[in-house]
Amino acid sequence: MIRLNDISKAFNQRQPNEFWAVRDVTLDIDAKRVTVLRGPSGSGKTTLLSMIGCLSRPTSGRILLGERNLSGLPERFLTQIRRETFGFIFQRFNLIQGLTVLDNVMLPAYPLAPDHHELVQRAHTLLEQFGMASKRESKVEWLSGGEAQRTAICRALLNDPQVIIADEPTANLDTRLSQEFMNIIGELKAAGRTLILTSHDPVVSEAPCVDRVITLRDGQVQAS
Amino acid sequence: MLLSPAILALIGVSAVVTALLLLAAVFAVRVLRHWDLQSGSELQLRLERSTYLISTLVTFAIAAEVVALLLFVYNAESMHTQFVGAMCATGVLNVNAWGWPALLLKIAVFFAGTVWLLLNRLDNQGYDYPLIRLKYGLLLVLLPLVATAAFVQLQYFLNLNPDVITSCCGSLFSPDAQGVAAEVSAVTPRDAMLALYGSGALVLASGAVYLWRRRFATLFAASAAIAFPVAIVAIVSCVALYVYEHPHHHCPFCILKSGHDYIGYWLYIPLFTATALVLGVGALSPWRNIASLRAAVATDARRYAAIALAGFMLFYAVATFAIVRSNLTMAGTWW
Amino acid sequence: MSHFVRRQRYLIDFTVASLARRKGKNLGLLGVYTLIVFLLASVMLFTQALRQEAGLLLENAPEVVVQRMVAGRHDLIPADYLERMGRIRGVAAQYGRLWGYFYDPAVQANYTLLVPRDRDINNGEMIVGHGIARTRGLGTGDFISFRASSGTTFSFRVAEVLAADAELVSADLLLVNEADFRAFFGIAEGLYTDLALEVRNPQEVRKVAEKLTVLLPDTRPILREEILRTYDALFQWRQGIVFVLLAGSLLAFVIFAWDKASGLSAEERREIGILKAIGWETADVIRMKFWEGALVSLGAFLLGYLAAYIHVFFFDAALFAPVLKGWAVLYPQFRPQPFIDGLQVATLFFFTVFPYTVATVVPIWRAATTDPDAVMR
Repeated sequence: MIRLNDISKAFNQRQPNEFWAVRDVTLDIDAKRVTVLRGPSGSGKTTLLSMIGCLSRPTSGRILLGERNLSGLPERFLTQIRRETFGFIFQRFNLIQGLTVLDNVMLPAYPLAPDHHELVQRAHTLLEQFGMASKRESKVEWLSGGEAQRTAICRALLNDPQVIIADEPTANLDTRLSQEFMNIIGELKAAGRTLILTSHDPVVSEAPCVDRVITLRDGQVQAS
Repeated sequence: MLLSPAILALIGVSAVVTALLLLAAVFAVRVLRHWDLQSGSELQLRLERSTYLISTLVTFAIAAEVVALLLFVYNAESMHTQFVGAMCATGVLNVNAWGWPALLLKIAVFFAGTVWLLLNRLDNQGYDYPLIRLKYGLLLVLLPLVATAAFVQLQYFLNLNPDVITSCCGSLFSPDAQGVAAEVSAVTPRDAMLALYGSGALVLASGAVYLWRRRFATLFAASAAIAFPVAIVAIVSCVALYVYEHPHHHCPFCILKSGHDYIGYWLYIPLFTATALVLGVGALSPWRNIASLRAAVATDARRYAAIALAGFMLFYAVATFAIVRSNLTMAGTWW
Repeated sequence: MSHFVRRQRYLIDFTVASLARRKGKNLGLLGVYTLIVFLLASVMLFTQALRQEAGLLLENAPEVVVQRMVAGRHDLIPADYLERMGRIRGVAAQYGRLWGYFYDPAVQANYTLLVPRDRDINNGEMIVGHGIARTRGLGTGDFISFRASSGTTFSFRVAEVLAADAELVSADLLLVNEADFRAFFGIAEGLYTDLALEVRNPQEVRKVAEKLTVLLPDTRPILREEILRTYDALFQWRQGIVFVLLAGSLLAFVIFAWDKASGLSAEERREIGILKAIGWETADVIRMKFWEGALVSLGAFLLGYLAAYIHVFFFDAALFAPVLKGWAVLYPQFRPQPFIDGLQVATLFFFTVFPYTVATVVPIWRAATTDPDAVMR
């Protein structure tokens, strides 16, 4: 469902420190499957992930989401697609300090200005699903690693996205929590969502729910 | 020159607005030269980011100009005690030859700026920014207009000498006096009202046709462009007289005062808004066949047209109301 | 429309929480901003009050005052000029006035002696203005002596002290009856200091003045409206000068605002990156940042204006009074009457909120175009 054709991304173009993070990557991501991008740091997996998730634009090449060509879209539209289609879980959770769990979960919907009551309901349902309902008024600074992880998952699911993207999701978790996380991933896959993860953690790439592992090195896909 | 804070503020705002537009124009030129939506290069990304800045700068500049226009009129009103013979803002604007041009240019900036903003809003809804070259080209035309308005206003203030005797609206607006203002009020009330209702009927009719059929947008816009000056003439030569209940008080500003129930606002705000929106419709509709804008033109133009028609109807209603409820009866003389 | 309102509500919600999270930085900005508003608003409110006061006081002054000029200088005017004037159309009343200045070496101040038309004063008595009473420690029943130019000392008993309310004009006033006045200054019967005319219709005043210049060619008519205009221009001019002097601090404020808006901490940058990553668009971030500025501006404007109001109307503008009132030994103490008008508020807005917002436009844009990609790393 997501097709990349000859994707390349450069930083500091036309300057002495020009750097190609991703080079001529051609890839197909299947729907309703779990795909893991594996590789050492500097292999370009985070860059590739951000391009798939409409967070940044490729320097050259085309990205197709279903039938839609994403590469030439201006930011406004990219953001719209990102909001509707993708949910993000970041390596360091990236929750906004000083806000409560509930506020953090509702944040992605603010620009869409839905009915407030309905939004709170949606957020509550998600929090309950992940066992965070009792902590909804706590400030996120006081959460444990696992709780923060689950809050981040709730936030990613708020706009009911088709695709979940997670960047090094288990980097700050111990083995037990990492396995718990992969179980959640399995549940999300069973619910019909597409998942794309990056990781160099074997707990992730060797989990039973993972359908495909893609290895990256120096910005290029290795034949597996 | 008078060194009052309000005048300093007005000169300052105009200067700053010109500077903001100049900054926007610099970025606009860069966009015009290097824009390539298909390229993912860093230059293109930077250009796309700068479009946000340009939008913000121009929005802010026009908003400031609108408020400054009001401040300009209020200030002129409050300064009338310092000029011999000036009974209200009209007298103050007559002190030197720069006064009325300054006001007219400010009004022109309001219309040009608003139409640009409406066009910008439309373009932003197209996923391929189809009008980007056009709108930034127009921005380069807007800039000299704003600069001229600022300059003329500055000249006006620099040449304000409190001891100069000026003619107050009574002697200026009497038909024997020279100048545009005199000619405007020399139009007989009967002619003015006929023109008013005639142009009003044209605007409302072409607007209704546009809403129903989505056609003849240019006609609609043209009718508004005619209706606006006709309305101003009608206010000066007829409606104002009924508001003041005085057959020779033609001033267009005194109707904004509390003594007349602020009826001026009920006349001017709908008139200006409606005219600006219809001009916007005229600017938007040529692009209805561009694929990425089709839906946006349909929704936006429709909304603007509807609001504008409501505005015009309100204006004509209030104008008629002012005449009807007035104690002035000129049944034999004028009608 | 309601969607628009709802969206602004959500943005404001976030903005308020965001401001509260960085109290230190925002309170500092608020403080400086409030100070600027306070300074400018104080000057404007006080000048406005002075203008009002002058206007109110001159309300009862005669519309036209006729003074005789000899060799370009003001001289005494014969009473028969009143007959020579005859009946000019539009003049409701015409009469002679007696008033003069007296320099008191004891306090190095100039007094104004006046013969009032509406009071009866006994011989040897005088009514004293509040300012003089204060300076020379006089109360009703006290005696005060002056040395006339003839060398004789005149002694007066204070019959009454004028109320403090209209001090702006009466602070240095001494009222005596006609006989005492003429004796003190040595002015013969049949001469007045000047003539006063009351004209009901303001539009006829100029016509009356024109006729006077023809009828009495050695006189000059001074119109009340001219005095008002001159005071107006004077106060406006003084106000403008103070504003220009404050331009330096305004510039400093603008630079400060720019700096504060540009100096985003790493934490703030990260937050914006997060917002964009989870689905906020650049335009949304710009709007949010503008709301931040708007809320701070609103707070500063209200606080500053309120503080200025209290400063001017409860503390009599202690900081600015000398510059704006003018140079005098006897400072009249007067209570400025509260008066706020839309033009004033709008001008203040353009001197404070507008420069602040302009200074923050480019920094806000820079912040809002933070690359969300950076947050992934």
